[in-house]
Parts: sequence; C-alpha cells; structure tokens
Amino acid sequence: MILNNLPALIIVVPLLAGLVTPFLRNGNRAWAWVTLVTWMVFAMSVAILLQVRGQITPWHGFPSYPMSSWKVPWAIEYRIDAVNAFVLVIVAGIAAVVTASARASIETEVPKDRLHFFYAVWLLCIVGLLGITITGDAFNVYVLLEVASLTSYTLVAMGKERDRRALTASMNYVVLGSIGACFILLGIGYLYMATGTLNMDDMRLQLLKLYERWGRGDLAYRKTVVTGFCFLMVGFSLKLALFPLHGWLPNAYTYAPSSVSALLSATATKVGAYGAVRFLFTILGARFCFEEMPSGVFLMIFASLAVLFGSYLAIRQNNLKRMLAYSSIGQIGYIAMGVALANPSGLKGGLIHLFNHALTKGGLFLALAAVAYRMGGTDLARMRGLGRKMPFTMAAFLAGGLGLIGVPLTSGFVSKWYLVVGAIDKGQIALAAVVLVGSLLALAYVWRVVEVAYSKAPDSAADVKEAPASMVVGAWVLIGASLYFGIDARLSSDLAEQAARALLGRGP
Amino acid sequence: MSGGERAALAVALPLAGALLVALSGRRPNLREAFTLLTGAALFALVAGGIRCGARYELLQIMPGLLLALEVEPLGLLFALVASGLWIVTSVYAIGYMRAHQEEHQTRFYACFAVAIAAAVGVAFSANLLTLFVFYEVLTLSTYPLVTHSGTAEAVRAGRVYLGILLTTSVGFLFLAMAWTWQLAGTLDFRRGGILEGKAGPGALGVLLALFVFGTGKAALMPFHRWLPAAMVAPTPVSALLHAVAVVKAGVFTVLKIVTYVFGLDLLRTIPATTWLSWVAAATILLASLVALTRDNLKARLAYSTVSQLSYIVLGALLAHKWGVVGGAMHIATHALGKITLFFCAGAILVASHKTKVSELDGLGRTMPVTLFAFLIGSLSVIGLPPFGGSWSKFYLALGAAEVDQPAFVAVFMISSLLNVGYLIPIVVRGFFRPPADGHAHGHEAPAFCLVPLCLTALGCLAMFFYADDAYRLLLPIAQR
Repeated sequence: MILNNLPALIIVVPLLAGLVTPFLRNGNRAWAWVTLVTWMVFAMSVAILLQVRGQITPWHGFPSYPMSSWKVPWAIEYRIDAVNAFVLVIVAGIAAVVTASARASIETEVPKDRLHFFYAVWLLCIVGLLGITITGDAFNVYVLLEVASLTSYTLVAMGKERDRRALTASMNYVVLGSIGACFILLGIGYLYMATGTLNMDDMRLQLLKLYERWGRGDLAYRKTVVTGFCFLMVGFSLKLALFPLHGWLPNAYTYAPSSVSALLSATATKVGAYGAVRFLFTILGARFCFEEMPSGVFLMIFASLAVLFGSYLAIRQNNLKRMLAYSSIGQIGYIAMGVALANPSGLKGGLIHLFNHALTKGGLFLALAAVAYRMGGTDLARMRGLGRKMPFTMAAFLAGGLGLIGVPLTSGFVSKWYLVVGAIDKGQIALAAVVLVGSLLALAYVWRVVEVAYSKAPDSAADVKEAPASMVVGAWVLIGASLYFGIDARLSSDLAEQAARALLGRGP
Repeated sequence: MSGGERAALAVALPLAGALLVALSGRRPNLREAFTLLTGAALFALVAGGIRCGARYELLQIMPGLLLALEVEPLGLLFALVASGLWIVTSVYAIGYMRAHQEEHQTRFYACFAVAIAAAVGVAFSANLLTLFVFYEVLTLSTYPLVTHSGTAEAVRAGRVYLGILLTTSVGFLFLAMAWTWQLAGTLDFRRGGILEGKAGPGALGVLLALFVFGTGKAALMPFHRWLPAAMVAPTPVSALLHAVAVVKAGVFTVLKIVTYVFGLDLLRTIPATTWLSWVAAATILLASLVALTRDNLKARLAYSTVSQLSYIVLGALLAHKWGVVGGAMHIATHALGKITLFFCAGAILVASHKTKVSELDGLGRTMPVTLFAFLIGSLSVIGLPPFGGSWSKFYLALGAAEVDQPAFVAVFMISSLLNVGYLIPIVVRGFFRPPADGHAHGHEAPAFCLVPLCLTALGCLAMFFYADDAYRLLLPIAQR
C-alpha cells in the first residue's frame, strides 16, 4: 500500500515534518529530524524510480495519482514518468547528502536561536522543489514554485550573520524571482484560457486539438497560446538563471550560507530546467516549440552566451563562491544547449548534464563550505597552500574542478561527449565549438585555484586544520559519485536516455 | 593468465607501484626499491609475456563506448621503449634526486609511475576513447613533475604546458574523436582504417587536421611551445618524459590515427595530407634552426626534439609504408639517442653545475666518458651509421623518395646537417678547446649518472643491429 501511495507520501511526509520542525526548538534535534526525513524521502524517490524503470512510454501512458476524490482532470494529479523520476532522485539525493553533512557549517553561519526555524524552512524548500517535479497540474507547479522560491529567499537571507550583503542579495532574488514566478503564472493563465484546463496531460490533449484546428486554417486561440508560451519561457529562464536572466544568481550563491549554496546550486536551477522541458516538450510539444516557434535558435544563442559569459567571468573572481556561481551560469548553458538541440543525443546530453552537474556542483560547494568553516571565508588570496593543510577537502575540490573541465574519467566528460555528438549530429559545429571553449575557460578558472592551493609560498592560514569528517565525507560522497558516473556512466546514461525518449515522444 | 589479462597487468603494474611508492614515503630506500622492482617487472612482462593480438576489455564508460586494450606491433614497440627506459631512468633519477636533496621525492616517483602507466595505456589502447583517456591522464600526471620545483618560473612553465596540451586535446582532439564517432559509428582501431567511404575528401581533410593539431604532444608547430617550457623540470623528467614517454605518446597517436583510423590508402586521397606534411616539414627545419641559436643546453635539446618529432609526423603523412615504418623505428632510435643526450646534460649539471653550451669548453678533460656518450647520442640523432638513427632516417628518406617528394628528402637531409651544426660543436668544444679559465675543474659524473648514460649509448649502437627485427615487427601495420 505504501508503494502505491509513494507519489503522495514523498510530498506529504516532508511537508508535515517541516511544519513540525520549529517545535523541536533545539538546533541539533531539528537537524537530526530533518536529516532523517530527507533520507526517507531519498529512499522513496529511489523506489519511485525503480517502479518507473523500463517503462519508457510517454507521459500519457503512466498511471496517474489524483490527490483527492475528484476525477482527473479536475483533481490535482501527480504523474510520474522517466523524466521526473530522474529529477526527483537527483533533488532528493542531493538534499539528503547536503543536509547530513551541513550541520557544522550551518551552526557557524546561522544564529543558534534561529536554527530550528532555519531547518524548517530548509525542509520546506526541499518539499517545494520535489513538488514542482512530481506534479501533473500546471497551477500546482506555480504553487509549489512559490513555496520553493519563498523558502529559498529566506535561506539566502540567513547569510546575513556572515555578511550583511546577503540581505540585499536576497531582496534582489525576491524581486527577480517574483517576476519570474509571475511570468510563469501568466503563462499558465494564458494556456488555461486557450485550453480550459489546468491538468498537464489534459492541456496537452487540448493543445493537440488546437494544433489540428490551426492546421486546417482556423487560428482560434493561437495568439493566446503563443503569448502564454513566451511568458512561460521567460519565466522559466529566469528560474533557470539562463543568460541574460541570471542576475540574481551570483550574489545569492555568494552571500547565502555555504550549505544553502550547496543545496540551491545543485537543485533549484535543475528543477527550473525540468519545468522548462516539461512545458516545452510534454505539454506544448516539440513540434510547436521548435518548428513553429524559433525556440531552438533563441535557446542556442542564449545557451552559448551563457557558457562563454559565465565561464569567462568566473576566471576573474577572487571569492570562490562567486567563481562557482558564475561557473554554474556557464554549466546551465550546457543544459540549455542540450534542450535547444532537441534531438535524442543532444537532449540526452542536456539531461545527463543536469545529473552530473548537480553532483559536481553540490560536491564543490560542500568542499567550499568546509573551507569557509575553517577559514571564515572563501577568498582565494587567503587560500595559499591550503592544499597541504586541508588535503582531503582540496582534493575533492580538485576532482570536482576536473569534472567541470570535463577531463575523461569524470562525469563532465560524459556530458560533454553527448552534447558534442548531439551538436555534430545536428550539424551545429559552432555549438560543439562553444562546448569545448567552455571547457577550456573552465580549465582557466579551476587551475587558478589549484595553483594557489598547492603553491609553495608561505601559507596564509598557518593554523588551519582539516575540516570535520562529516563535511569532508559529504563532499566526497557527491564528488565520488560524480567520478563514479564518469567511469561507468551506463546507469546515468540509461536514465537520461529514457527521459529524453519520454520527452521526445518516442516509444520503446 | 591470458594475453589480454597480461596487457591489462602491464597498465596496472605501474599504478600499483605508484600506490606502493606513495605509501612508503617515510622510508626512502623501500620507496626506491618499489620503483625499481615495478620497473623491472614491467619490462619483463612487456618484453617476454605480451604478444600481438591480445585483447582486454576494461569497462564500458557509456553505452557503445569501451575502454579496451589491444596489442599490436606499434604499441608493443612503444611499450618496450617506455618500460625499458623507465628502469634506466629510475636509477638515474634516484641518484639525481638524492644528490640534489630534492623535496617531494615521493610525489615525484609516484607521478612518474602513473605517467608510465598512462604511456603503456596509450600504447595498448584498442580504440580512440581509450587512447584519449590515457593521453589526458598522461598530461595531468606529468604536470606535478614539470612544476616539481615549485618556483614561480616552474608554475609559469606548468601553465604553458598544461594550457597548450589541454587546449589542443580538448579543443581539437576531442572534437575529432566525436566527429569520427558520428561518421564511422565506432572508435575502434582497425587495419585499413574505419573512415573508408564515410565522408568526402574535404571533410576528411578537416578531420585529419583536427587530429594532427589535436595531438599537442607531437609538438607540431605552432603548438610546440610546451616542450621548451617543460625543460624547467628536473633532468630525469626531461629525459624520460620529454624525450620518451610524453612526446612519443604524441607521435605514436599520430601514427596510430594515420594507420588505424584513416588507413594509408584513404590518406593518399585527401588533399589536406599534403599541406599538413608541409607544416611538419616546416617544423623540422624551423625547430632545427632555433636549436642552433639556443645556448642553454636543455633548450637546445628541446628544440631538437621538436624537430625530430616532426620527422615521425612527416613520415606518417607520407602515407607510404616505409614512411610509417621509418617513423615507428624513429620512435625507438630517437628515444635512445635523446635520452642519452639528456642524461649527459643532467650529468654535466650535477658534476660541474654548467647549463650553457658556451661554458662547456674543455669539458672533455674532466668528463670524457660523458662527452663520448654525448657524441654517440648525437651521431644516432644525426643519423649516421653504425647507430640506430641511421636506419630510421634511411627509411623515412626512402619513403619520401617513393612518393615522389624529393623536397621532403631534401628537408630530411638539410635537417640532419643542421643537427650536426648544433650537436657536434658541443663535442668539439669539449674535447678540443681548452677550458675557459685555463685549467680543468670538476670531475667525471657520479656513477649513478654515468652507468645509465653508457647503457643508453650502447643501446643506440645495438639498435643498428636490431633494425631488421624492428622492421619485420612493424611492417604488418602498414598493410591491410
């Protein structure tokens, strides 16, 4: 019975747990509670994935899980297919590992009397992200998007103890994030106007009927759908931090508490990407988005600019968190590029990069959290010789950095391979070149850190020790996973392939 | 143990050695013993236990993309050279590092072992992906060796080294590999190539250019600057890695791509082959000319290496069996000759603290054995009998003549004359000029330096007589 109700449990359990958390008062108890819940959620997401494995029929072939006694399509329905099961596991897994290893870091960056609230908001943010992924109702996406966004604004603002600029960063994030959410709401509204339904699958069916009418020359609701599409794309691009709508990201990741940066960098933008592909491919359909609307062209241009701009700006940064933030902007460009290619290899590359980047970036930010814990900050100038003082932490950073560059035997290589092959398949040699230039730019910003951390010059931080085991282990779990999936990428490749096929509507 | 498993063992052995070295850092004698034992075991394995045709699948990285090993004549030759010279260099390195009381010796020996493992992996790779993986591991594992001293100059040099090698491999080689996959549906190395009929000559020409320039370790101009920059490394590193393992991995890659990805017949039909061979010819001449101007001995030898590598690239691009066979033989003969020269340079540094050619007047009085070995190495590199280099240069020139390219024959000859111009004066000054300040200072090189360089000098002589065996081993690769 539990197995049948997993789609509901995976949201309800952490939601109730999150609401209970403030009553625990004690920071340690709150952390233990939240960690327990996130690991349970991870187990549930894996169970859901196992149920879905091997069933690569498109969305509409899957059983639905209505959340009330009303019938679908009026009920809010949760629907799981290869795509969102994949993303669910990513989000839940990252959340579990980061929560488990972040306690020490959080205690130094968040005031003691706020810890129980912090953990409650943390858990609710995770709930919001999971909800966006699992839901099959368009308006429910907006609701859970707001839950995730509001909680993440709060989490970012909690960095004010370390650096008061966190408040302005959070405010900036509030404004831009709300604009994004509004755009998404408007987009959903326009689609509702055109289709008369909020259920994603029903919307898909109604839109198919509309496309048929347009084919016959009856252009009813065409402007509505196009407008809705444009609003949705802009809104999701903002949530995804796709260039040029990335302005909120650098400051938010830099000034947030280190573990918050780890959580958000590995999950929030990935869920934004998921939302975009769900609307683009499943609801609106690839034919409308890429053949009637020039999505491919726009996405290719902005994705390329994201890769080049993000990676280039990362080279000049002296604060490592900011460097990784700009690096994320670049890496998100790769995911968008995969979406833009909209062919099996390219989309598979984009989706596998979603997975690989989540692991790599999460691990890198956890390593930085360890550095911040010992050194009070993440300025590059103060990290001279840190490779000898904190060998395991910096080794994790090095391995993650190699993953960002895309050296073989890291997962970054696997993503780049599929993206380049996908680009060549579609004849887009320029895109392939952008991917490779991005790798070289990543080499520049990663190697700066390596040179400083392993340099012979007198150590800036004379009495720094290695970080606590919990933090190092957490970073190494994620980095280790990213290395594992670089050596044996069959599982991630398989999952991404199934997801890509489900999105492109091809059967087994 | 099957042949394939032995090939995998040949890659695993130095890695295990690296681990043992890393763990025994506190007991230097034990650590050195591990290095030597691993080296001896590896050479015994490669020389005695591995036959052509053995195949081993390591793992599948992505669906359809395997990491696999397969032994064929070219790879066997390279593995023999690399493993044989590793032992000799290890003896040299042990003495050198201890005499200089260098820091971070454990890191040195461990990275050395990993680099050799990567070189053997390149040698035995069964497909382009495996080659690429080990190629990149080789780049990364040699970086700590190049920047060993940790000085600002070394870090700068390391940046040039890594920058050029990774830019070419990520920017060009990776793209070429992905494109080959898209065209041919496979990355396997096969006799006669995998690209027959898959694309037109124009596209194949671009692909070839991407491959050749993408192999930065072959030091084709303009991507050669990393080689002189890497001379900042300690001499054992320059000797083994930049005369043998790293650079030979580069030209080996070019040879493998030419014979097993394109195939000689297909190569002949591509117009780009011609102008790429002119780039190689230009590199041969320009690098030799630059070598003439360099006073620093190691820099002179570095540019000489750049020039000699392009001999092999040009040989490959002649698309004729003698060019390929000559190029492959040159891998072995040049390795022996160049390592002798670098050992001598290191010996001179250790014994007399001199780095410049202009300081070497009268060195023959105090270091006659070293200088004599230098002479032998020089003669082999120049290509004079009775030393191994004569045979490889002979076949290369013959190959150029066979494809009606007398200009290339001329290039080979002129460059050999230039080799005389920048190598022989060192010997002449050493033996026939009086020392700068009148009387002889210093002493002969210590035994740990002297013995290896004598051994490799003897090897240059021996290669002359083994050339026939090498020829018979290598000829099959150029045939379908």
